[in-house]
Amino acid sequence: MSMLSIRALSKRFGGLQVLQEVSLEVPGGSIFGLIGPNGAGKTTVFNLVTGLLQPSSGALAFQGRDLNGIAPHRITRLGIARTFQNIRIFRDMTLLQNVMVGMHHLMDYGPLALFFATPACRDAEKSARERALELLSWVKLDHKAALTADNLSYGEQRKLEFARALATEPKLLLLDEPVAGMNPAEKSVLMEEIRNIRDRGYGIFLIEHDMRFVMGLCDRIAVLNFGRIIAEGTPEDIRNHPDVIEAYLGREDAAGAAA
Amino acid sequence: MEGFADFWATYSTLIFTVGIHALLAFSIWLTLACGLLSLANAAFMGIGAYTAALLTLQLNWPFPVVLAAGSMAPAVVALAIGVPTLRLSGVYLCMATLAFGEVSRVVILNLDITGGPEGLNGIPLTTQWWHIALILALVGYGLARLRRSRVGRAFEAIKEDEVAARLMGIDVDRHKLFAFTLGAVIAGLAGALNAHYTFFISPREYGFENAVDILTMTVLGGISSLIGPLLGATILTLLPELLRFLHSYRLAVNGVILVLVVLFLPTGLWDGRRIRAWFERRGGGR
Repeated sequence: MSMLSIRALSKRFGGLQVLQEVSLEVPGGSIFGLIGPNGAGKTTVFNLVTGLLQPSSGALAFQGRDLNGIAPHRITRLGIARTFQNIRIFRDMTLLQNVMVGMHHLMDYGPLALFFATPACRDAEKSARERALELLSWVKLDHKAALTADNLSYGEQRKLEFARALATEPKLLLLDEPVAGMNPAEKSVLMEEIRNIRDRGYGIFLIEHDMRFVMGLCDRIAVLNFGRIIAEGTPEDIRNHPDVIEAYLGREDAAGAAA
Repeated sequence: MEGFADFWATYSTLIFTVGIHALLAFSIWLTLACGLLSLANAAFMGIGAYTAALLTLQLNWPFPVVLAAGSMAPAVVALAIGVPTLRLSGVYLCMATLAFGEVSRVVILNLDITGGPEGLNGIPLTTQWWHIALILALVGYGLARLRRSRVGRAFEAIKEDEVAARLMGIDVDRHKLFAFTLGAVIAGLAGALNAHYTFFISPREYGFENAVDILTMTVLGGISSLIGPLLGATILTLLPELLRFLHSYRLAVNGVILVLVVLFLPTGLWDGRRIRAWFERRGGGR
């Protein structure tokens, strides 16, 4: 069943047509990949889904609910979380605080409860802290919870972004080039983390242009080129699709097939 | 005991002023804590001061009610101007709030009820030292609680990366408006308390210079915790007095000290991380 449904989505920036009639059905509980060369419009799709940009035309629906005109923070509260291609963690905050920021809308205590530190308020903070530690342990960062985030390596920062996104209790997690700038060892670790997250019941929608990574990880893949979807299917379908080979894979696929 | 009486007679004004300045420093700390550079706080103080003084002089309302009204009036104004201006950021917000401050000053200057340029005279001296101490303690405690709550974390997230904060489910605009308005409440309270201590208020006390003074206190002290604004307010109030032996050079030396602090300690005098790192280094050496 489709969780996120994108219908005939178009986006223009002035005279530049970035997305043209893009339609996708992103299912829940599995890993869906959107691939395409640089500048194909992949991140624009994410910016539209999360409400940072408004579409020029077309419709977006999440679990049957129209997302048009809904503010980004409300979309997050509906159950869509994302990470960024250029990591955007809160560097001066501790890992624990970073993750707890994601729980903001799930915590509920009033100003008076806060001022008088009532049991309800303290319990809410305490259980948020425990949950944050649990999420950090999912990505194996719990031992660094008290450090500020600028102490982390590149790969660790990505994992912190995962944990922070999961803290918002999403049903669908959008990952924008999760392995960009990583070495092969780090990539395979992260691949494992993403599978683990899916196995916990989250839907994952990821953008990537590292082909080997995408083919090994995704359950379904769509290919975006010059703002249009040119193919969609299983990794096997995509690998053999003539348009994809021509437009994007080219020699790399031939080399991959030979190996 | 007599020694204390002498000390109090000489220095009570100074201690009062430290308290009022600390409240003002807290008020602007709120907006700085979510990354907003607003220079409206001197005007908020003025609105609070005039509202309170007029209610006392004209209607003779009881002091606690006057204080409450003095803090609510600027809050209403903050809500009204915050909605359009808080969309701006950086220097644009700075200029918009500065313009608001000037407009407020000129309005006060030209109204009849405010006494125009002559200001208001003969405000009863109702404010006691413990009023300021109590309110400062309550505000300090409240802000400390706030800082460690979901709202404090949201402020910090907004300061570091607004887009990321939005996508974490935080209603960024509402938090900014809240910080701005609560800052106006505290500044108004400071103005109301001050008006009932100084006997006399005039539009000159709430202009551009004062707006910058308030900002300087907090930035000098450091915004990473609440100790910074307290420290900055204390130092900037006491420093001109301590430099009195320099006679006519004292303001120049005062300025030089500020420049040196900002140059060498850009995060302010009290930066929790720097101080922790310093202690750890010393601890490791032993």
